[in-house]
Amino acid sequence: MAETLLDIRGLKTWFKTDDGMVRAVDGVDLRIDHGETVGVVGESGCGKTVTARSVLKLIDMPPGRFEDGEILWRGRDLIPLDAGEMDQIRAREIAIIFQEPMTSLNPVYTVGHQIAEVLRQHDKLSRRQAVDGAIEMLHLVNIPNPAKRVHDYPHQFSGGMRQRVMIAMALSCKPKLLIADEPTTALDVTIQAQILELMQEMKERLGMSIMLITHAMGVVAETCQRVVVMYAGKVVEEAPVEALFGNPRHPYTQGLIRSIPRVDRAAEHKRLEAIPGTVPSLLEPPPGCRFAARCKYAMDVCTKAMPPLKEVAVGHFVRCVL
Amino acid sequence: MSAETLLSVKDLRKHFAVKGGIFAREVEKVHAVDGVSFDIGQGETLGLVGESGCGKSTTGRCILRLIEPSSGEVWFKGSDVTHMDANALRALRRDMQIIFQDPYASLNPRLTVGAIIGEALQIHNLAKSRGEMEARVVQLLETVGLQPDHMHRFPHEFSGGQRQRIGIARALAVEPKLVVCDEPVSALDVSIQAQVINLLEDLQEKFGLTYLFIAHDLSVVEHISTRIAVMYLGRVVEIAPARDLYDTPLHPYSEALLSAVPIPDPTVKRKRIMLQGDVPNPIHPPSGCHFHTRCPIARPDCAQKTPELRESRPGHWVSCHYRG
Repeated sequence: MAETLLDIRGLKTWFKTDDGMVRAVDGVDLRIDHGETVGVVGESGCGKTVTARSVLKLIDMPPGRFEDGEILWRGRDLIPLDAGEMDQIRAREIAIIFQEPMTSLNPVYTVGHQIAEVLRQHDKLSRRQAVDGAIEMLHLVNIPNPAKRVHDYPHQFSGGMRQRVMIAMALSCKPKLLIADEPTTALDVTIQAQILELMQEMKERLGMSIMLITHAMGVVAETCQRVVVMYAGKVVEEAPVEALFGNPRHPYTQGLIRSIPRVDRAAEHKRLEAIPGTVPSLLEPPPGCRFAARCKYAMDVCTKAMPPLKEVAVGHFVRCVL
Repeated sequence: MSAETLLSVKDLRKHFAVKGGIFAREVEKVHAVDGVSFDIGQGETLGLVGESGCGKSTTGRCILRLIEPSSGEVWFKGSDVTHMDANALRALRRDMQIIFQDPYASLNPRLTVGAIIGEALQIHNLAKSRGEMEARVVQLLETVGLQPDHMHRFPHEFSGGQRQRIGIARALAVEPKLVVCDEPVSALDVSIQAQVINLLEDLQEKFGLTYLFIAHDLSVVEHISTRIAVMYLGRVVEIAPARDLYDTPLHPYSEALLSAVPIPDPTVKRKRIMLQGDVPNPIHPPSGCHFHTRCPIARPDCAQKTPELRESRPGHWVSCHYRG
């Protein structure tokens, strides 16, 4: 059995707002082992991004706060760590890339400067060595002519190339875990394919794990070994990728998979199975299952108490009374 | 095509000026739409796909003259839209409507939903009295799956999917024949996306609507379209019935585009055609066939000769020297 790198237990990240407490992440358990790619899927506001940012403590506090739970990184809880200790974890152990590379790169510095900055912060390198390191990283992520492009500014790169720069920066300290938060959502489909391939290649070369946060079920099916489905701040299902797509057990997961048009099944043109209604508010969530109001199988018991996450097959967990 | 042609686009072009220098003279041109031609039959859905910057949205807006085309013709029910005066254009807008991508930005935040939908009825004098107008608004809200009492609320009180329904109700208010849907579901979550796609299909059946469906998501376009046109750098590279395009894409770009769509089924293993590099700059598009710089089957003459769109088999048009 592979080493467990990240083990999130009962995490609650809440936000205090004028209207009350928003329970964005409300009791999430999530484990990532060495060498794994784990997909975290769900729709807007399900808490997937807040979970990811909580790991690196990139949440503004206040308004956010850790209400409960622990985030174990190789056995050590990250929540009590101070800023200095977190700096030792970030980039070197856990790195993150975001959806929109343009807003995550500093527009007034060259990309080489920005990558070199990361390198120099974490390793004792001369300026020259750091620039060489930056060129090597750009080369690694297949940016053509890296020795020249290292002196370019972010706006001189296309969207796909900027995401490559972000990956180069994130991987420059050879982290053990890469958190990718919707890394291809802003990209065109042919560029998305290039970036996903690059991430796979980097994962194999550096022997790291990936936590892939996305709403695109197709991307998950093609890149992940294990999938965690979130809904309204809770994990509703977790399974190996084949089981999740082959035998989804939670009505929400089923709905999610059936609501996507399939380009490879053009012959079976039929009506899409939409999930009625919308995501509930996280301000004062109802006591029962958060999906109950939209669920076609909902019974009285569903609105009374939150069902526990139970194992229905090896490694396959479902939060549903059915 | 069996159905009567409703819209015919002929050699449509739109060049945006890039200004520079001290007198802001036009120094260069962006060839956003570079000679696009297609027909849409009554009651059909033509899907227009392509990656960012391929000119698909500009094409849609030129058809409605929300953007003035630089040249070319747009024929709608026997008259040329590109030469219409303001009055004729206003009358035309009753027949042609548009639904936008961003339901947050396309609804006036200061107006109630009733006023937003009623505005179109007023402009076109479609309601004789206040009572008649309200009755019509209620009817429209119910048609798109909203509640009658929603008419007194403001756009910010609705979710993204509901706002898109309001946008659809507004477009339907004037009983159009053609609706240009510009990325109508791209900003929505998948479960909501399916609701809106189903709604668009129901409305098409109910009112005999014709759609020009512009989107970058091939799965969605494939699902909703009768025929699909694939665009690359301002030009249509292939037009075919939706099934044909998926089963036997002819243009190397269409082929790569389709193979890049992730399939939500881990048991499906496909061979992916990786395109190298990015889409070139539309200010200086490559010579000859625009795709030759990334094409896996390009030969030297592709950089010289521009391929024509020709009918390779019935209804399946492709613009490539070596395919079809």
